[in-house]
Amino acid sequence: MVDLTTLGDDSIAAKGWIKAHRWLILRRLSQLGILVLFLAGPVFGVWIVKGNLASSLTLDILPLTDPHVLLQAVLSGVVPETTAIIGVVLVLLFYFVVGGRVYCSWVCPVNMVTDLASWLRRMLGIRTTSQISRNARYWMLALTLILPLVVSGGIIWELINPVSMMFRGIVFGMGATWVVILAVFLFDLLVAKEGWCGRLCPVGAFYNLVGSRSLLRVNASNRAECNDCMECFVVCPEPHVIRPALKGEKKGISPVILSSDCTNCGRCIDICAKDVFSYGGRSVSETKRSNPEVIKKHEVHT
Amino acid sequence: MSDTDKKHEMNRRQFLGNMLKTACGVGLVGMGLGIYSNRASSLPAHYIRPPGALPEEDFLGACIRCGLCVRDCPYDILFLGEVGDDVATGTPYFVARSGPCEMCEDIPCILACPTNALDHGLTDIEESRMGLAVVVDQETCIAFHGLRCEVCFNVCPIRGRAITLDMQHNVRSGKHALFIPVVHSDACTGCGLCERACILEEAAIKVFPTDLAKGELGKHYRLGWKEKEKAGGALVTPDIEHKYNLPEGVRYDLQGEGLIIEEKPEETPFSSNPLNSLNSGFLDSK
Repeated sequence: MVDLTTLGDDSIAAKGWIKAHRWLILRRLSQLGILVLFLAGPVFGVWIVKGNLASSLTLDILPLTDPHVLLQAVLSGVVPETTAIIGVVLVLLFYFVVGGRVYCSWVCPVNMVTDLASWLRRMLGIRTTSQISRNARYWMLALTLILPLVVSGGIIWELINPVSMMFRGIVFGMGATWVVILAVFLFDLLVAKEGWCGRLCPVGAFYNLVGSRSLLRVNASNRAECNDCMECFVVCPEPHVIRPALKGEKKGISPVILSSDCTNCGRCIDICAKDVFSYGGRSVSETKRSNPEVIKKHEVHT
Repeated sequence: MSDTDKKHEMNRRQFLGNMLKTACGVGLVGMGLGIYSNRASSLPAHYIRPPGALPEEDFLGACIRCGLCVRDCPYDILFLGEVGDDVATGTPYFVARSGPCEMCEDIPCILACPTNALDHGLTDIEESRMGLAVVVDQETCIAFHGLRCEVCFNVCPIRGRAITLDMQHNVRSGKHALFIPVVHSDACTGCGLCERACILEEAAIKVFPTDLAKGELGKHYRLGWKEKEKAGGALVTPDIEHKYNLPEGVRYDLQGEGLIIEEKPEETPFSSNPLNSLNSGFLDSK
């Protein structure tokens, strides 16, 4: 069992604090930076980006539109404007390259809330086990796409979507949004480990599918160095993605983490004192080429 | 059945059980959402959608809650519904009393909308129908007391067409006129400038979403005089002319003057001109 009180100490000792938190810091800078870009207009009058994550216009020229929310709108019978379609294509291309769930770990503001919950769970030693399947998010995704078809009243998911609510709340005005955010926080803290992002959130599930063939991946190319400290499994928000890549050498599995559940957050890279992990392409391999069949068999879904 | 088979069987059973649990859970969430959406999708009376907004139900399906219309409104009148507001979360609205639509000619809010929730087919702001102004309180509107105000009439951007002044007799003073504001739904855009301008503490003229403000005649209703105009003549057999048993020289005009007495000049031996009598007498005696 990993000693949670000394979690990360080895890495800090080996690489120094900055390097042991490099991707975490960059991620927070990315998440907060995006918020600052959107807030610069309303707060300081510097209009770099208008709108919010659902649809935005950068420097009055670059449209970006969330494909999940636009898909719901289209399903409820809308013909979008060309700008929205361009925006969707750009977003899809981006996440197709860097990995869909980069949205979750580098952009989504709820990630900061659920990461805090995960951290507190570790600090307080809360060990509630979840009954919710990690596949529930795909059911949720299906639900968000079926609802606009069967219930009048449009994009119903957006009435309670914590992801868009939190971002919109910060940029346009909170209202009682904090109740929703608090609910997600408490759910993750007390009810289910990685409950929201890892099990329920349909937005994450959507981006998961978008990036299922993405080019940028984390790989355990240096897995021979692994000293079985297990700390990467503790900090990883989707721990089941690590095992095949890290422990699959004997079975001839590629060291590349191919599961689309991986959020490319880079916490495993930070926490590892032995520098086992690094970002790389899809085909980086230290031994043999990957065999998806084999990987699927060894991915453990909890 | 061997042990491994049993294990597989259990796994399958577990798998199906888990899937069923998940499906039920998500199904419940869906039902809850469906019910919640019914409540959340009714637009309260003082929340007015921006120009070009589709009918409310379609609008809620088309609007992706991005807020680009809010950002591009040069008068900053638009807001996004917040959690806890009565309007669907994240959808744009304005409140006429505090910030009415200034009716920009280029309609930047529509141009900003990426999804046609604000209909890009609307290019003439005067054709927009955000809502409908209604003189809701004739007891407090000072025009009905015979006082001169006409502020709503004067600020109306569709001048002389959306709001007109109907002059009526002031019974109280007996010699003055009442200048009664009357809203015409064929021209009113629902911009709300009149509501903001109303001089009362609480506006007597208010903009409501059109479905709240407007009545609707039964579909079977036909207004005879309009049908007659359309057809160019009476659609039914004309009434038989009324006949009255009246003394000679007296007529009755049913839809006009009423009783008409045609006076015949009475025959008298004297001319009505006295000079004639005088002159004639003089001539007779001769």
